[in-house]
Formats: sequence, structure tokens, C-alpha cells
Amino acid sequence: MGSSSSSRNKIPNAQELMDQTGFSSAHLLRLYDRFECLDRDNRGYLSPDDFEAVGGLAMNPIGGRIIDAFFSSGQDTVDFSSFVRILAHFRPTDRNRNKEGTQQELPNSRTRKLKFAFQLYDLDRDGKISREELLQVLRAMLGLQVTEEQLQSIAERAIQEADLDKDDAISFDEFKKSLEKVDIDTKMSIGFLK
Amino acid sequence: FSLCNLVFLVFFGFLYSCIFFLQYISSVLGHSFVYYIFLTVLPFSVKSPLVMFTKESPASLRQEIRGSASCLCSDHEFDMADIFYFCRSGVESIVDDEVTKRFSAQELESWNLLTRSNYNFHHINMRLTLLWGLGLLTRYGILLPLRVTLAVTGISLFLFFTTLVGFLPNAALRSYLSEKVHMMGYRMCVSSLTAIITYHNRENKPKNGAICVANHTTPIDVIILASDRCYSLVGQMHRGLLGMIQSGMVKSSPHIWFDRSEVKDRHLVAKRLSDHVADKTKQPILIFPEGTCINNTSVMMFKKGSFEIGCTIYPVAIKYDPRFGDAFWNSSKCGLVWYLLSMMSSWAIVCSVWYLPPMDREEGEDAVQFANRVKATIAAQGGLVDLIWDGGLKRSKVNDAFKEELQKLYSKVLVGDHEDESERMEI
Repeated sequence: MGSSSSSRNKIPNAQELMDQTGFSSAHLLRLYDRFECLDRDNRGYLSPDDFEAVGGLAMNPIGGRIIDAFFSSGQDTVDFSSFVRILAHFRPTDRNRNKEGTQQELPNSRTRKLKFAFQLYDLDRDGKISREELLQVLRAMLGLQVTEEQLQSIAERAIQEADLDKDDAISFDEFKKSLEKVDIDTKMSIGFLK
Repeated sequence: FSLCNLVFLVFFGFLYSCIFFLQYISSVLGHSFVYYIFLTVLPFSVKSPLVMFTKESPASLRQEIRGSASCLCSDHEFDMADIFYFCRSGVESIVDDEVTKRFSAQELESWNLLTRSNYNFHHINMRLTLLWGLGLLTRYGILLPLRVTLAVTGISLFLFFTTLVGFLPNAALRSYLSEKVHMMGYRMCVSSLTAIITYHNRENKPKNGAICVANHTTPIDVIILASDRCYSLVGQMHRGLLGMIQSGMVKSSPHIWFDRSEVKDRHLVAKRLSDHVADKTKQPILIFPEGTCINNTSVMMFKKGSFEIGCTIYPVAIKYDPRFGDAFWNSSKCGLVWYLLSMMSSWAIVCSVWYLPPMDREEGEDAVQFANRVKATIAAQGGLVDLIWDGGLKRSKVNDAFKEELQKLYSKVLVGDHEDESERMEI
């Protein structure tokens, strides 16, 4: 016991995680504390009901989908490294990277952020957002506040605007194109301050 | 005056003087020693490299989704990007939210040499480790044994005397003596934890025939308040050691203990409380309306039950100083006995108690509003954050009414404006 030389030691693969996600060691520690706080039964992993216990998430209309995004590969538990990798999508993009240095794409690049958002729409993971999937998301976000016709017309309009190859579904590239002008960085980033 | 009596008396006298001696030692230790340690040690302590997450100043849903387009005529069409707002605020709450962090111990700015409060503090040098080691020896070698002895003696004496007093036939004498015995019991418990309590505004101390409400951080809150004046406690009847203590207490003074089954019956509870309050000779009732332990950085929703009874409420704010020892009980992390032991092996429990002026329910104010008003006063006095969330969220989930609110807001942005448009067009 005693003031341990570095609490980083309790995080498995810390250096690897830092390289792959771009988090600093202080951020990683902070996230590890949060992970432990959410993991109320001290099992070392998180399950869907640990997420549902977070108030802000439970009252979010698409809370369920966000939770699913953490459990994407069919497993029903999330360990710390998966937790961090998903959250890494929300790091603000580093503005002053020198272009030559980067070998691999970091999770918080524009494309990866868009991919994450795309997954929230594309439930069956077939690479396309069908009309039905769009309707489902709209229903979640609006609940009983609008009528079915209004929902249909909103979905119709959205598909017509974004669907360029007219296959009645929105692929990832069409999705990216329709959001060209949007400042993804601000909208999909959480401020991590020191 | 037989020999037997004499032996008994001598033995008793001896025991009592031991107690007083221990109490004296612990209070001496409590005051000067602890403060001295901290004055010398804290400057050497390590500052925590706290990493904070910014919450973007809550841009309203409307602002964010409509963007900076300020002209009102362009109403907002659904955009695929709208989902970003919900996505981001969802993930923000995974990373940090106002409520979940209240259910674990508060983080310190600099380390107080207790391993249990060591979150992000890194090892710096030998000196600190040495100090820590010295601290460990003192706490576990000297302070803990003294405190445990004091606690055990205190509780046994308390049980013994309350049972004794319970046998007295004369009611007036019984209530007088029971008050003395209770105070003795609480004071011993307080000194066994080396709790250094500062009472403020004693002129507002609760009077008979009223209800006293306070914010809840630890099971010790009761002892801290009750060592200044006697209260009637309300609670569930437990089993084991606690149950024994509870039955002992009831023999000599009117506490309100409920069976597990009776707890559910709100009318029964309300009736017993109001009956007790109506009797002006009975002590004030002590209630913790939050219903669960919160970590002393905030005050959560007050349950309205005790505010419906309609009598005077005396609010009390309790604030602990976490540098000397964190008093928060995280019931999911450790049980009661472990908690008590860790209390006794901290430096000390330092807290301030503020008695606030009595409050009554005003005309046209319902129980919930009254409860919120009292809560705000307590939070303001204790320097705590006033939250609307229910402490029950520690164990249960948020209900869907909140989700509906967000859905309503979003639909107004999308569709509500269409309605305005169509109205304008008709004209």
C-alpha cells in the first residue's frame, strides 16, 4: 500500500490506449475513475443497466441507441478499453497535427465521428439508412408529440434531399456529403480541459 | 451498607473514571494534535491534477439545432445533423453527470495522507511516504484502539443505563434521567469518533412539538445532532446489534420505530408523526427527507411526507470538512461496521452544524414547494449545491417524464413553427 508510484498501473494497456485514442494519461485516469464509478458492483466491466443508471442518459430520447453503440460487437459487457475507444470519438480534433506524422487515423477524425453518428441511425448495420430506420429515429426523438403523417413527411423530405443515387436509402457517403457544411467538430466533441 | 454494595460502587467508580480519562485523552488528541499535524503537513501534500470536463454552457436545444440563423421566418427542417445534439449530450452525461457523482466520496484538492482518499495523487518523494507511514502508525496504533474501547464502553453503558431507567415507575423522573442517559451515550459516541463539532446559532435549536430536518450524509449525522439536544428518531426497526440498540432506546424515551411492513403505509406513518408532534411534551422529531446518504457536496430532493404534517420545521445544515476524514457512507461499497472502523481510523471528523430559524408553510404553498424552500435554505447555509434530483436515483432509474420533456422541446423546434406559419398564412 502507500502512494502508488503511478495509478496508471491499474489501467491495463495504458500506453497502447493512449497511442490509439490520443488521450493523455491524466484524461485516461479520469475516465478510469468514471468507469469505476459507473461500475457499481465492481465487476470490472459495464453492462447496459450500468449505463441506464445515468440520469442524463435515461432521459435522452436516443439514450438506448447510444448505449447500443457501446455494445456494438454483439457482446453484453464493455471493458475499460472499449469504453475509452468509443469515448475517444468525442475528443475535439487536434488542430495542429503535422500531416506527415500521422500513421493511423485517430478515432476523433471527422470521418470517424460521422461514422459513429451514422451508426446511431443505421440500426441493422447494413451500411444504409433505410426509410424505416429514419422513421424509427424520428419517432424516438419526437415521441408522441407529432402525428404519424408529420413524421412521414419529415422522413420523406430528408431522404429526398440526401439520397443522391435514388436507391431510397442513405449510404454513408451520401450521409457525409449532406453534412459537408456542418461543423462536426464542435457538435460532436466534448470539451476535455486540464 | 454491605460489602457487596461497596464492591459494586468501587467497581463502578473505577469504570467511570476510566471512561472520563479516555474521553479526556481523545478530546486532547482530537483538538490540538490533529490540527497541528495538518498545519505542518498540508503544505507538503500533493495537489491533485484534477482533469475537468467542460460542460458547454447549456446551449439550449433550440439554439444548437437551429444554428445561428436568427431570422425567425426560416423555420427549421429536419437535418440529419440534429441527432448530434442528442448524441453529444448523451455521451456527456456518460462522462460526467451531476447526479451519479454525488453518490461517491468527494475528491480532495490535496492529499490528507489517507490511502483511501488517494485518487490521482502520484508518489512524489520519500518525505511524503515517511509522513504517511507515521500517520498510519499513529492512526492504527494509538487512535483506533482508544476509540474502539471508548465506543464499546459507551454503547454498553448506554444500554445498561437505559434499561435501568426504563424500570423506574415515576414518569417525570424517568424522562429526566433518560434525557441525561441519552446525552451521555451520544457524547461518548461522538468522542469515540473524535468528532469535532461546531454548533452555530444555538438560539435556533429545535423546540418540543416540532420537526427537525437536516441533510443526510452519514449514519453519524444522528449522533452529531443528538449530542446537543435529545430528539425522537424515526426509522425502520432493524435486526442485530442496531435492533438491540433501538429497543433499548425506546424503553426510556418515545422514539418512533416502524416495522418493515408499516413503512409502506404512508397514512400510518403520517398519523404517528402528527400524533407525536401534537404532544408538546415530547421531543422534536428528527427526519432526513433526502431518504439516503448523499456525499455532502449537494442536497437532493426532499420527500414531501414530513412537510405535509403542517407543523413548524426547524432546518439544520450539516457540513463536514473532508480533509480530516471523509464521513460519507457509500453503502454499496462497504457495510456499516467497516464504515465505522474506517471512521475511527481517519484523523478526525470535523463538521459544522448550523441551526436555522424555524419555517412554517405559507398560505397557498403546497408541501412540495415548502420542501423545496427549506431545501434551498439548507443548501445556501451549508454551501452545498441545490439539486432537484431524487436521491433514490442511487438505486433506481429516472422516470420517463423527463424524456418526454426533451421530445416536446425538439418537436417544437421542428414542427411547432410550422403551426405558426400556417396560422400566418391563413390570415
